[in-house]
Amino acid sequence: MEYILIIISAVFINNVVLAQFLGICPFLGVSNKVNTALGMTGAVTFVIVLATMATYLIQVYLLIPLGIAFMQTITFILVIAFLVQMVEIILKKVSQSLYQALGIFLPLITTNCAVLGVAILVIKKEYNLIEGVVYGASTAVGFGLALVILAGIREQLELADIPKGMKGVPISLVIAGILALAFMGFTGIVK
Amino acid sequence: MNQLSNFTKGFIKENPILVLVLGTCPTLATTSSSLNGLGMGIATTFVLIGSNVVISMLANLIPDKVRIPAFVVIIASFVTVVDLLMQAYVPGLYEKLGIFIPLIVVNCIVLGRAEAFASKNSVLSSFVDGLGMGLGFTFALGILGAFREIVGSGAIFGYKFIPGDGILVFILAPGAFIALGYMIALVNKIKKS
Repeated sequence: MEYILIIISAVFINNVVLAQFLGICPFLGVSNKVNTALGMTGAVTFVIVLATMATYLIQVYLLIPLGIAFMQTITFILVIAFLVQMVEIILKKVSQSLYQALGIFLPLITTNCAVLGVAILVIKKEYNLIEGVVYGASTAVGFGLALVILAGIREQLELADIPKGMKGVPISLVIAGILALAFMGFTGIVK
Repeated sequence: MNQLSNFTKGFIKENPILVLVLGTCPTLATTSSSLNGLGMGIATTFVLIGSNVVISMLANLIPDKVRIPAFVVIIASFVTVVDLLMQAYVPGLYEKLGIFIPLIVVNCIVLGRAEAFASKNSVLSSFVDGLGMGLGFTFALGILGAFREIVGSGAIFGYKFIPGDGILVFILAPGAFIALGYMIALVNKIKKS
């Protein structure tokens, strides 16, 4: 039951993009087409789950025992950068097709604040390892949901006549705002 | 390079938020009031100046291949300094900005300036660039924060001057997206004409 609450809360109520403002750059950057949006979601899910596990274990078994919890930011960002690099190398060797699908998104993920954000939030909320992983995975799903919806709308917008100044980023932001309004309707489902 | 134009480019011509659209996450998240927006802007400015100066000093010593990780470590060090300072001296603001203080590390503006400017220019130019870009970022955050606070609650810096409730949605998440969207559209419009 606890896990279901975490999932619903992370996907709908505290949606990572629309309510917590994490990972806006890729949200605006790769939401032109539904296919690229799905590819990005896959890569982000993969990295978030791995990064949550790695940073959690490092925090609990390394930083806290050594009394250097203030090194959290530096350590976490290095771990994430290292992980992304490793995933890229391994994918290239193991599965060429998966690499082709996710490869171009991987370097972008290091600077996706959702990854570092989730790693820090898991520590802040004092989740255990399993709760942390569930939270990380459902955050990624929430990210994907918002991304795919926006991509779908933007594909339709190609045909619409938009004022010049509003084209591109501004109209995407306004749509995101309306989406965020819609997602506010989920508030109150779970306490 | 002319230091004055180097300084002022961050405000309008290359404003990191309104023109380059970098660092949108902290922009949207911390501008629920003008004070929060300014606090975030100043913290980021400090990190930008520090990392720009140190990186421009060390640029020739750092091997090209490990350039990015080295930059990230330098930036993360400054972020940790800011994090600890704010925790000690402005705990109220620190509490409100929450995880967006450590997340300055992944703010694209900081790494972007390090890579595009500081690694190729002198220490003085990099300092001026960091200051200009940081203040441009702060300026945009301040305006967005002030707009959202005025429309959302009829107040500015916590001082209420319009009676009534205001349009609450502008303080909440959706208002952030919509306000920034129209702000960028306005800048596009002014730039074209």
